[in-house]
Amino acid sequence: MAGVLIILFFAVVAVFAPFLAPYPEEGAGVPNPPNKFLPPSSAHIFGTDYLGRDILSRVILGSQVSLTVAVVVIVLAIIIGTPLGAIAGYLGGGIDELIMRITDIFLSFPSLLLAIMLLATLGPGLTNAMISLSLTWWPWYTRIMRAQAVTLRERSYVEAAKVMGVSSFWILLRHILPNAISPILVQGTMDMSSAILAEAALSFIGLGAQAPSPEWGLMVSTGRIYILNYWWFPAFPGLAIFAIAVAFNLFGDGLREILDPKTRRFIQA
Amino acid sequence: MPTGLERYIARRLALAIIVLLAVVTFTFIIARVVPSDPAELYVGPKATAAQRERARIELGLDKPLYSQFVSYLAGLLSGNWGISLRAHTSVLGDILTYLPATLEIIVLANIIAVVIGIPLGVYSAVKKGSWLDQAGRLWAIAGVSIPSFWFALLLQLFFFGRLHILPLEGRLSPGVSLYYPIDPITGFYTIDSLLEGNIVGFVDTLRHLILPAIALATYPVGLITRMTRSMMIEVLRETYIRFAKANGISERLIIFRYALKNAIVPTLTVLGLSFAYSITGAVLIEIIFGWPGLGTYTLNAIIEADYPAILGVTILGAMFYIFINLGLDILQSYMDPRVRLS
Repeated sequence: MAGVLIILFFAVVAVFAPFLAPYPEEGAGVPNPPNKFLPPSSAHIFGTDYLGRDILSRVILGSQVSLTVAVVVIVLAIIIGTPLGAIAGYLGGGIDELIMRITDIFLSFPSLLLAIMLLATLGPGLTNAMISLSLTWWPWYTRIMRAQAVTLRERSYVEAAKVMGVSSFWILLRHILPNAISPILVQGTMDMSSAILAEAALSFIGLGAQAPSPEWGLMVSTGRIYILNYWWFPAFPGLAIFAIAVAFNLFGDGLREILDPKTRRFIQA
Repeated sequence: MPTGLERYIARRLALAIIVLLAVVTFTFIIARVVPSDPAELYVGPKATAAQRERARIELGLDKPLYSQFVSYLAGLLSGNWGISLRAHTSVLGDILTYLPATLEIIVLANIIAVVIGIPLGVYSAVKKGSWLDQAGRLWAIAGVSIPSFWFALLLQLFFFGRLHILPLEGRLSPGVSLYYPIDPITGFYTIDSLLEGNIVGFVDTLRHLILPAIALATYPVGLITRMTRSMMIEVLRETYIRFAKANGISERLIIFRYALKNAIVPTLTVLGLSFAYSITGAVLIEIIFGWPGLGTYTLNAIIEADYPAILGVTILGAMFYIFINLGLDILQSYMDPRVRLS
């Protein structure tokens, strides 16, 4: 699907960023004052910003940040949330209630607000932003995993394993987890898009990536006051955010289309 | 004898209250962990040490933490949500002043989202596989992927910068607020201006309201379109629909009477969620449009570590979330008996 291609494109760009950027030092943040506010041209396809830095280079280098954010935040959230959900769903009873109440508490906070509060405690910065976002995201995976575990623990192969004396831990690892993974994957890919948007929003407010990082949300924030006169400054980084978010969403959507009919057949069998 | 529904409601209500209590506790702890001195913020940087000490006692900071917490809880229930450290005004009063401004944007944005999203979702589902469907799906994906702050900037550039037909920021033009002032009866300028027959004010309010609302609506539009579409597809596949078709009932009747009714509840769920999401999305929109709403209030409170204000807003937000979810759960259990029995 188109989504995979676009993501691959961004991934390649991110990996080879320093070589692809026409002005790599400016991309990293070195200012070039005589060049400030140049409109888009053949020398600077996206124009230059308020410090004269080539925006195309900044956007290219920024892809590294965005992809890192997407992967780290969601993988961390899945690592925290999935085991909790599996345990809750499989064991049931008091542990289930406890874990689900904690999940409810986290989910009752408006997520951006929770992330901002955590950042206010931890201090601004990209790493802290990623940690805060993971901490707001894990409950979703706990819920998905728990629902899956509750369904799957009734399966005959699980009962058979229990009768044979297989430990709960092993059952969780080898029987429940692999079969429950597909909704987590679908949700995860689409959440990567939301994670990028959320992190861009945090940087926009000033609590995420800090100058001179070429993070896209930060660039839109700095360029915001120039929108009327030098529109290219906030417009292109924002376009990049949009493009990569669309890519992850297309991918997740396509993934769901592929996995859904399979699950359906699985349940009917 | 309490019915199944009543028992369900009671259970969920009790749960909601427990969760709310936990949220308040959690927030209280986090707010006090932030490394800043509330007394210092209260008296300002030029105060003497003696004044700071007096402030500390006045604010009750010398008492142990749990006792502070208990008095805070008591205050909450009796309507005293604390005093803003920065402005020395009542937190609850501040929140109620700024809330209508934010709600105006949120409500308009969600109305736009529903008016665009539901028909689009329905047509997309009915014409599944056609180019209309593809366009609808792309539209929905675009909606949830657009960074709202970026889109807001583009709207400003286009409608103010280039076309000059809409204002840049704020709730009212300076001229209008001078010559056709709106009396803040409810705080909702749209309602207040109509109540007084202030047509100029009303039109001006709408002109200022439209761009922020559109910017905030992008995510809900995408969400609602996608949700309505997938729900309609599910329902249209059901046997009773095929039976109705086989019996010759018109397609239009099928769509609107049978299919839509069953797809409505999940869509309402999504609407509730998107409403709750809008509360956080509003922060960014308010920054860009210089909107004097709860979003900017919250952001400033957090940056200045004004913890009574932070607590107040968080509790309000959590209350919204929890009770919207509770309402949706009850609605769903009312319409679908299978839910209460589980």
